[in-house]
Amino acid sequence: MIEFVRNLRLWFAPQAIREEGRTPDYRFSLANERTFLAWLRTALALIGGGFAVDQFLPDLRWGWRVGLALALLAAGVLCSLRAVNHWVRCERAMRRGEDLPVSRFPALLSVTIAVVAIAMVVVVLVGWEG
Amino acid sequence: MTGPAGARDPGLQPERTRLAWRRTTLACTVAAVLAARTTLHGGPTALGVVACALCFLAWLGFLAVAHRRIRALAQVTPAPLTPRHAVAAAACALVLAAFAAAVIY
Repeated sequence: MIEFVRNLRLWFAPQAIREEGRTPDYRFSLANERTFLAWLRTALALIGGGFAVDQFLPDLRWGWRVGLALALLAAGVLCSLRAVNHWVRCERAMRRGEDLPVSRFPALLSVTIAVVAIAMVVVVLVGWEG
Repeated sequence: MTGPAGARDPGLQPERTRLAWRRTTLACTVAAVLAARTTLHGGPTALGVVACALCFLAWLGFLAVAHRRIRALAQVTPAPLTPRHAVAAAACALVLAAFAAAVIY
């Protein structure tokens, strides 16, 4: 968490990153950028999924519908924040010539999505209508 | 791998990155359309119209960031993405999510 707050300053300070280490090959920076965009797309898809649950499952009980939608939206918010954070960390690691940072976020996100998906299947099949 | 100045990158890295921005813009459009649909679902109330306009603004913001970045990528050796751009792009997604949560509630 403290590490996250320290990285937060880097988000808004491009010169702080540029001061460290050496500029890597621009192709590596572009690859890092594409990874960032892929995570951002995942976040947007989760947010879109949150809207879709709210819109296209109108027969669901209010609690389930809002709960599932908010879970997806929260995952989308976390995913987009983490996208920026991971991009900053990778960029810094490449400049310093360190190993790229490892993360348990992909595993956590996968498990969360699996749980939400199972919940949706159960809700739709059993049909807890309002 | 190192060609003369102005030579094309054989890995097509700038092109791939440009297309990644395009894909992300498309994803953002889908999310924004779903957001607009949600805000106007219960009829055009004043709050709904304002929320819809703000979603549209978030989408426009993302479009502007993507456009600037795509133009920067057209150079022979593109400069890396700046944190400001990255934060701006993520902020547009966050705004959409915030409106979703507000409207659904």
